[in-house]
Amino acid sequence: MTITQVINNVNLKEKLNFDCETGNYHTFCPISCVAWLYQKIEDSFFLVIGTKTCGYFLQNALGVMIFAEPRYAMAELEEGDISAQLNDYEELKRLCLQIKRDRNPSVIFWIGTCTTEIIKMDLEGIAPKLEAEISLPIIVARANGLDYAFTQGEDTVLAALAQRPNLKQSDYLQKEKINNHDYIEHLPLILFGSIPDPVVNQLTIELKKQGIRVSGWLPSKRYNELPQIYEGNYVCGVNPYLSRTATTLMRRRKCKIIGAPFPIGPDGTRAWLEKICTILKIQPIGLKERENEVWNNMFNYISLINGKSVFFMGDNLLEISLARFLLRAGMIVFELVFHIWIKRYQGAELELLQKTCKEKKVPFPIIIEKPDNYNQVDRIRDMKPDLVITGMAHANPLEARGINTKWSVEFTFAQIHGFTNAIEILELVTRPLRRNQKLQKIGSQQYTDRR
Amino acid sequence: MKLAYWMYAGPAHIGTLRIASSFKNVHAIMHAPLGDDYFNVMRSMLERKRDFTPVTASVVDRHVLARGSQEKVVNNISRKDKEEKPDLVVLTPTCTSSILQEDLQNFVNRASIETQADVLLADVNHYRVNEMQAADRTLEQIVQFYIKKAQKNNELDINKTTQPSVNIIGSFNLAFHNQHDIAELKRLMCDLNIKVNTIIPEGASVQQLKDLPKAWFNLVPYREIGLLTAKYLKEKFQIPFIDITPMGIIETASCIRKIQYILNENKVNVNFEKYIDIQTRFVSQSAWFSRSIDCQNLTGKKAIVFGDSTHAAAMTKILTREMGISVVWAGTYCKYDKSWFEKEIGDLCDEIVITDDHNLIGDLIAKVEPAVIFGTQMERHVAKRLNIPCGVISAPVHIQNFPLSYRPFLGYEGANQIADLIYNSFTLGMEDHLLEIFGGHDTKEVLSPTLSVNNMSSEIKWNFEAQSELKKIPGFVRGKIKRNTEKFAEKKQLKTITLEVMYEAKEAIS
Repeated sequence: MTITQVINNVNLKEKLNFDCETGNYHTFCPISCVAWLYQKIEDSFFLVIGTKTCGYFLQNALGVMIFAEPRYAMAELEEGDISAQLNDYEELKRLCLQIKRDRNPSVIFWIGTCTTEIIKMDLEGIAPKLEAEISLPIIVARANGLDYAFTQGEDTVLAALAQRPNLKQSDYLQKEKINNHDYIEHLPLILFGSIPDPVVNQLTIELKKQGIRVSGWLPSKRYNELPQIYEGNYVCGVNPYLSRTATTLMRRRKCKIIGAPFPIGPDGTRAWLEKICTILKIQPIGLKERENEVWNNMFNYISLINGKSVFFMGDNLLEISLARFLLRAGMIVFELVFHIWIKRYQGAELELLQKTCKEKKVPFPIIIEKPDNYNQVDRIRDMKPDLVITGMAHANPLEARGINTKWSVEFTFAQIHGFTNAIEILELVTRPLRRNQKLQKIGSQQYTDRR
Repeated sequence: MKLAYWMYAGPAHIGTLRIASSFKNVHAIMHAPLGDDYFNVMRSMLERKRDFTPVTASVVDRHVLARGSQEKVVNNISRKDKEEKPDLVVLTPTCTSSILQEDLQNFVNRASIETQADVLLADVNHYRVNEMQAADRTLEQIVQFYIKKAQKNNELDINKTTQPSVNIIGSFNLAFHNQHDIAELKRLMCDLNIKVNTIIPEGASVQQLKDLPKAWFNLVPYREIGLLTAKYLKEKFQIPFIDITPMGIIETASCIRKIQYILNENKVNVNFEKYIDIQTRFVSQSAWFSRSIDCQNLTGKKAIVFGDSTHAAAMTKILTREMGISVVWAGTYCKYDKSWFEKEIGDLCDEIVITDDHNLIGDLIAKVEPAVIFGTQMERHVAKRLNIPCGVISAPVHIQNFPLSYRPFLGYEGANQIADLIYNSFTLGMEDHLLEIFGGHDTKEVLSPTLSVNNMSSEIKWNFEAQSELKKIPGFVRGKIKRNTEKFAEKKQLKTITLEVMYEAKEAIS
């Protein structure tokens, strides 16, 4: 189906169109998840077992953070490691003992990379032995670029964490129990997805207002505070890219998953809360009013983007949720990107996207799996969207061609979940529009010097 | 395995990509997993490039792992050939493809049958060389390829230009202050009446490479990238090259004298001595500046220097020979260039450090406690933590080291810039004096939980004389002196601060 056909497609009963391209696109390597996870899990240490390439990426991508005594490091593989002249076990033991001595973490995460995959380094096999020998938990996550993209790194780490039963009751949860009268009786609910602590509190409070008690978060602030997860517990994700974690919780821990849209944007947050309430058989209170209130507060931003078009080149897998929110806010979405692996996990979100398109009477966006950046730039040239949400590799060249861009990685690091932070998303989305409105007087929009 | 938080030099493929994307109309295809194309981000962000970075990945994923790349690489090369019509496609191996050991050369051979573009496989081993070595080799490889091609097609013109001319080998993206340096070198050549034959690789097209032999000599401003090419051209066409980095007044002069020598060898009689003299004494300000009174304060101050071998060596020379500053130790992370580095500055500093371990450098800095550090962005951060001023003189760098304004490090204007950098890195002269008189930078203990002066030790009174003396002290150190004196008074259990107490305090602290 060509682009114009999709744009002109007014037959709203039609299903969403999925297209698949070459997969030749720019995204961050999934090992970048250490950047936010080491900050989230305060007593952790992340050891990325890879080459100089991985190290160089982390060093440059994380910029200033690298100098703040980070709790992550590279175990840089040398030629001897690749050709198996050195013993993996002994080498890793030496490094982990050094980390234990210098930093004394409660847990060490080993992040497997492309290289450990290719040379088939048996990290999962080595970890339990070494763990016993140095008496420090070691968790293995294979966040490599062969299988995953960017935020899916978090998925591999959380899936690995989900497999570790936490048997100790943490203090945090015991304290919480005292105020049980605030809550309605329901089966335990555990939320998964790494989000900053203030946002954790905000979402926990939103649920508390419905009488729902959050028994724990995966991940927690500290490794020792990981929630106890039992068979029959309910689990629900807050990030759209956590399908492996969901599967692990379902299959390995026998939890029941609540498939809901994600709490991004007021519409998403409300749908998320409602779905949880429905599953827990609780009558939701005041959510419609709460949602409307948030929309009203964002009026100034919405008037800026209403009727404007947006194109997601796609890299962080937040695209479906963001597109759904922006559609609701009045934008037209030309194209967005999607990973087929997580189709099932995102089912509810996709449904909401469809519903939103119908209600707003706008055409469905093209949904591309494995995009091809070159083709996308071609389409951007044709479609001339008002805003392109893209990675940094394309942002400056597109701006030089007079196309407004928003750097997509910022959505990963900004606080975007819940009612409270919906305005943050619009703040990000409208920033290029607001900036360029102010600069218009300078003259030509296009600054390309050659080519 | 090596525990590493930070590295000075990047992986090999970055070097290859820097060279390939510096040329005009050359496209690089990386044989790499998803996410390894981070180079595009760096080029787009650090250099704020307006064009799309001509680098794409032929993605290595699970399927490739299972079945090999098969047609994928070849298809990607011919696709780029059609889309972008490049002159050359450079297939770039990464750490991943190094261990997959696919026959990339075979892909290149097959692809080049179909493509309009030339196709090359970058000859770099990820596990043996770093970014700089790879860049050096890739540049040589591309030059060699096009010289041979021109030879084969009988297009090679080895007749020298009528006017003395030079190739500048060492212009590339993501390098430290490079475009300013190149502009400065062009200006210098113009002053010396030397025609610039070609500048490679930044902005050059591969067609220009066959003109390289027409130059009288080659100038390689940076040791790290370009020497291999210059050596090849010398071997093949007997083109002499100059590898003296014209950084600082003295080295710029020796570079110019070397040019003079080469021209005279070729029976063009020139004498640049007058030019050097005028530039040094009047046009450039740095020689006079280092003789001016203010710079006396710098005499014998302790500095340490660390960076790539070009910049660290040149900086050490400037500090010791031009500014009279003593370099306690100087070092480089270019370990493979150890002997040259030692030879160049062995007698200019107390000790030489060759390492790429930033922890060791950090510890050494802490041990020496220099008055100033000249290093990379890493040393700048160490300096911040230790509260020591730092000037950045070498890659690796951040976005602020790609300034918009004219900031060369080479040539006579470069000397001015460096003089400013050195001077501004030190605590300024007058401030330095005052701090020395009144007890240094370090506030050892704070008396009360608040830092503001007014809330402090209310019982201690300043008498009239002491107060007016305090007012004479410049604002930026007054608070500190007030605090130090009050602390002293408190320790001595004095209720009133008189002039005597003030001076006693000064003595006690200094």
